[in-house]
Amino acid sequence: MTDPAEILVTIFIVLGGVFGLVGSYGLLKLRDTMQRLHGPTKATTLGIGSVLIASMIHALAVKGALSFHELLITLFLLLTAPITANFIAKAYIIRNSDRTKLPGTGGRYGWSVYDDAPGPSEATTGEQGSSQD
Amino acid sequence: MIDIALTFAFACFGLGLLFCLWRITVGPNPADRILALDTMVINVIALLVLYGVREGTAVYFEASMLVAMVGFVSTVAYCRFILRGDIIE
Amino acid sequence: MIQRLIPHPLLSIMLTLVWLGLVNKITLGNLLLGLLLGLAVPMVTAPYWPNRPTLRRPLVAVKYILIVLWDIIVANVQVAIMILFKPRDAFRSRWITVPLELTSPEAITVLAGTITMTPGTVSAMLSADGRAILVHCLHTDDPEGDRDQIKRRYEGPLKEIFE
Repeated sequence: MTDPAEILVTIFIVLGGVFGLVGSYGLLKLRDTMQRLHGPTKATTLGIGSVLIASMIHALAVKGALSFHELLITLFLLLTAPITANFIAKAYIIRNSDRTKLPGTGGRYGWSVYDDAPGPSEATTGEQGSSQD
Repeated sequence: MIDIALTFAFACFGLGLLFCLWRITVGPNPADRILALDTMVINVIALLVLYGVREGTAVYFEASMLVAMVGFVSTVAYCRFILRGDIIE
Repeated sequence: MIQRLIPHPLLSIMLTLVWLGLVNKITLGNLLLGLLLGLAVPMVTAPYWPNRPTLRRPLVAVKYILIVLWDIIVANVQVAIMILFKPRDAFRSRWITVPLELTSPEAITVLAGTITMTPGTVSAMLSADGRAILVHCLHTDDPEGDRDQIKRRYEGPLKEIFE
């Protein structure tokens, strides 16, 4: 019953639950959409990461089978979380934000949502590439 | 012991789903609703994985992988629709 | 010839590993099938990937990945504590502009992802010419310090790795 692997699995599952809950609670508590974006992108990612680690240890220790499925899901979520966050931020900015409230770019061109890129747009192609690397 | 931890985690992620639902209902602008939907997808993945641990089978991993992918694509499609008014240009 | 047959070696290795992860069993047959897929997929899709990203310093890249993983854990704990214990009105959020020295799209993508996953910052968008990145801080008292830390801790190594 008090097998060290079992204790480890328990710890990771509880940690995952707590972080997942905190991420969703951030969605409820914070005032501003951009602030709310911070909770789910960070806390929830760690929560699900620890749940997946718990599942790996569980498969290894209890069933005795090596399982690395979970790494794929973790990797996928780690790769996609920044992209969704970026897209949501852009969707928020284009609909709700006043462009005078944003700081300047410090260059000749404005932010990519408002201004066209010089030549072929590299801003959008750069973001979409990361899901595939 | 693992059973207690699993029940606790189920409760946590279930409560998280309710918070997200609240944000979808109230959320003042579309970006909030997309964010809440995305968080819901992540919570559902966690629930699926935990259910797989409880049942002791690996069948649910394919399901959670698929949910992860569909969730990502739908979030991006929704955001793109708001950004451009069109999904595939 | 090698260039034609294996246009993206890293992508091939990645695909093989992903295939092994999907079938979740390491046998010789699965490894061969994975290798076959890893070779065939880049060859077929090569026209869609005209320029290949170069990885100049693999060791620096490994070190960078470890640093970022550690920072992700620290960031998560920090943000969780902030969400739980900080009163709603005590958050001083603000936008900061980080000027970029990186030019390759891959490096900028990795930097944007890193910024989103690490302490209290989310990257929101690029400037139209790709020379600056807009970052939202959840809570900061020292915007210049945050900007300098991003430049020093993440942009420096990425510049070494990709350019």
